[in-house]
Amino acid sequence: MTVNGTRYDRDVEPRTLLVHFLREELGLTGTHVGCDTSYCGACTVIVDGRSVKSCTYLAVAADGADVRTVEGVAVDGTLHPVQEGFWERHGLQCGFCTPGMIMSSVALLEQNPAPGEGEIRHAIEGNLCRCTGYHNIVRAVEYAAAKMRGEEPPAPDWEVPS
Amino acid sequence: MYPRKFDYTAPRTIADAVAALAGDEGAKVMAGGMSLLPLMKMRLLSPATIVDIGRIDGLDRIEDRGDHIAVGALVRHAETAASDLVQTHAPALARAASLTGDVQVRNKGTTCGSLAHADIAADQTAAVIALGATMVATGPGGTREIAAADFFVDTLTSALAPDEILTEVRIPKGGSGSAYDKLGRRGGRSDYAVAGAAAWVDKTNGSITAARVAVTGVGTKPMLVEAVGAALVGTDGSPEAIAAAAEHATEGVTLLEDLYGSEEYKAHLAKVYAARALTEALGG
Ligand SMILES: Cc1cc2nc3c(=O)[nH]c(=O)nc-3n(C[C@H](O)[C@H](O)[C@H](O)COP(=O)(O)OP(=O)(O)OC[C@H]3O[C@@H](n4cnc5c(N)ncnc54)[C@H](O)[C@@H]3O)c2cc1C
Ligand code: FES
Ligand code: FES
Repeated sequence: MTVNGTRYDRDVEPRTLLVHFLREELGLTGTHVGCDTSYCGACTVIVDGRSVKSCTYLAVAADGADVRTVEGVAVDGTLHPVQEGFWERHGLQCGFCTPGMIMSSVALLEQNPAPGEGEIRHAIEGNLCRCTGYHNIVRAVEYAAAKMRGEEPPAPDWEVPS
Repeated sequence: MYPRKFDYTAPRTIADAVAALAGDEGAKVMAGGMSLLPLMKMRLLSPATIVDIGRIDGLDRIEDRGDHIAVGALVRHAETAASDLVQTHAPALARAASLTGDVQVRNKGTTCGSLAHADIAADQTAAVIALGATMVATGPGGTREIAAADFFVDTLTSALAPDEILTEVRIPKGGSGSAYDKLGRRGGRSDYAVAGAAAWVDKTNGSITAARVAVTGVGTKPMLVEAVGAALVGTDGSPEAIAAAAEHATEGVTLLEDLYGSEEYKAHLAKVYAARALTEALGG
């Protein structure tokens, strides 16, 4: 399979989950495991253009696929607009859910460059966050969407103390 | 968490997949894996062999076949939901697919996989029953058709034999409308149905000539509730007629209490959602 543009040829045991292949075999530990039930979305990666839960995906079934993880999102050290949005709008606290949130947001913006707030919330329905209450994550995605359209991002909804 | 060890095969044809299943009692089909893999990770299920049908050509299509549309075994929930053909001829199924799980689940799980899994609270099960769909299964003995209303036998049990593959679901065209709605376990319409209902209606010259309602989430299996349709036929489909027909929404259903509601609450919701689905199917 190809991961973040690099081709890897490995033999894996059939029961190896894609997330374990990425983390343990390739050392790409940005993709997290947050649950055993396929609900939390911390393990979200993009396979052949679609966001999926890599904890519920056999690595063998991704044979020949194009996989993108959070490590492949920034280009040459420059943050992707979605990463920049999470930074600028405080879209994370502990950061555990963040790689999955970023991959879901990247996939959303590739399909829909101008999502409304409702569409953003719907798109991250499969990603759970225990910290932020989602509000700033939505703002981060709005920031990224504007940036990617070449527009000025909306102002933050807090006041900077003078 | 890792599943227990298993052998893995990814045949290229339906015939090879059927042969792999027929020769191995511990073999199980995998489509999207969105129900199978969670069960295997929790070790509630440990098949000896996984027959991954994901590499079989020609199963990933939604086709217009004149008097019906066909949704192939590898069509994912997201594709069913976004399909013009499904939205036009089977809006209840498009809606149910759009409300199945979350984005990642819809990008990987398949419509046919959800039907074969036969969860008591799945969404698309109710839609295909109300739409009067036909399931097409291929096994060692050849291909057979099963009416959707007879396909869901019991909790997590479909009419498929262990060595049969559901290759497509066929939905007849016709009727004046269909719809699906539910209350989700995570509130709103999110996650499996606490209760849900699908409706299909045909209305000619101001009068209902045929109607089918199926409920999910409330009983031991998704099922057709014939009494609702029967009560609606011959009426004008007014809100009063819908309300009266929806009162029958649990007739013949073996109600099941679960973490999300008592039998009484489920019975109440079945009526509410039957009425909502009928209202929407009639364009209200
Ligand atoms: C987080 C999460 C949330 C979910 N929420 C919902 C929800 O809100 N509503 C809902 O309805 N579902 C929900 N699901 C279940 C989801 O819809 C699954 O995708 C679906 O039930 C199974 O489809 P699959 O293609 O992934 O099948 P698999 O998981 O691959 O298979 C499921 C079962 O069906 C059998 N099978 C699959 N395809 C075939 C076939 N073509 N022929 C014969 N047997 C077959 C398999 O052997 C297995 O027993 C959810 C799942 C998850 C993980
Ligand atoms: S680790 Fe929680 S959904 Fe994959
Ligand atoms: S920032 Fe902690 S889980 Fe989301």
